[in-house]
Amino acid sequence: MHGYANPARFLRFARPATGWFLGLGLLLLAAGIAGGLFVTPPDYLQGESVRILYVHVPTAWLGMGGWAGIAAASLAQIVWRHPLSAVAGRAIAPAGATFAALCLATGSIWGRPTWGTWWEWDGRLTSMLILFFLYLGYIALAAAERERGGEGRMAALFGLVGAINLPIIHYSVLWWRTLHQGQSISITGGSTIAPELLWPLPLTLVGFSLLFGAAVLMRMRADLARVRAEARLRRAVGE
Amino acid sequence: MNHWPFVLAAYGLTLGGTLGLLAWAWLSMRAAENAAERLKQRP
Repeated sequence: MHGYANPARFLRFARPATGWFLGLGLLLLAAGIAGGLFVTPPDYLQGESVRILYVHVPTAWLGMGGWAGIAAASLAQIVWRHPLSAVAGRAIAPAGATFAALCLATGSIWGRPTWGTWWEWDGRLTSMLILFFLYLGYIALAAAERERGGEGRMAALFGLVGAINLPIIHYSVLWWRTLHQGQSISITGGSTIAPELLWPLPLTLVGFSLLFGAAVLMRMRADLARVRAEARLRRAVGE
Repeated sequence: MNHWPFVLAAYGLTLGGTLGLLAWAWLSMRAAENAAERLKQRP
């Protein structure tokens, strides 16, 4: 990983990887969505609305995973001063905010036919909403630091402190048993969902993850190109 | 209650949001890389 902290080496990986991530992500997502909409049976209790699972769960995982990425980039910036870590943090934030917002929106849409309400101040819903606001704060702070020509250390500290919210989101369904269901899917096995309903989920999960990765790579490439252009302009002005 | 309008709204919103994010990231990358390339080629 340390090797890719070099921008030139990172770009040699990122340029071909962007296309691969996009192509493979779209392919897996199309297969997962087709399976989720047209192949899997309706749930005996939730009926057709269970199909929202295949888009809601990936957006929730990526909303949280995005902040885990920001926290890792922040740690790398504070401890090792990796030149790419601030760029990575700034690139992850809009993608993470988008998926956190999509998680809240799809959860609300799912809640109406299932719980009879669009919104409830439930532990899981509220902590997810806080995560979305944390993303907005991080984006504003990182942009302000970049404008001032700072290294982004305040944003990095914010990224680390904000990670406290991740275990709160994860355990909220255990700590506050209100409306949101408890954990029913586990990557280590033991899911309580029937296999004939569950199989499209890994496809949409990996598909959305690859598209998330493609968006982050593209934002990092844009940021690095801007840095190169600014450096060239500064040199031109100095000559 | 017919659940399909809720299902289609959730899928439409998620796909629209994801494709919008990708389009924005793609366009901003192309613009920044083209600008950097133009500056590089300037004598």
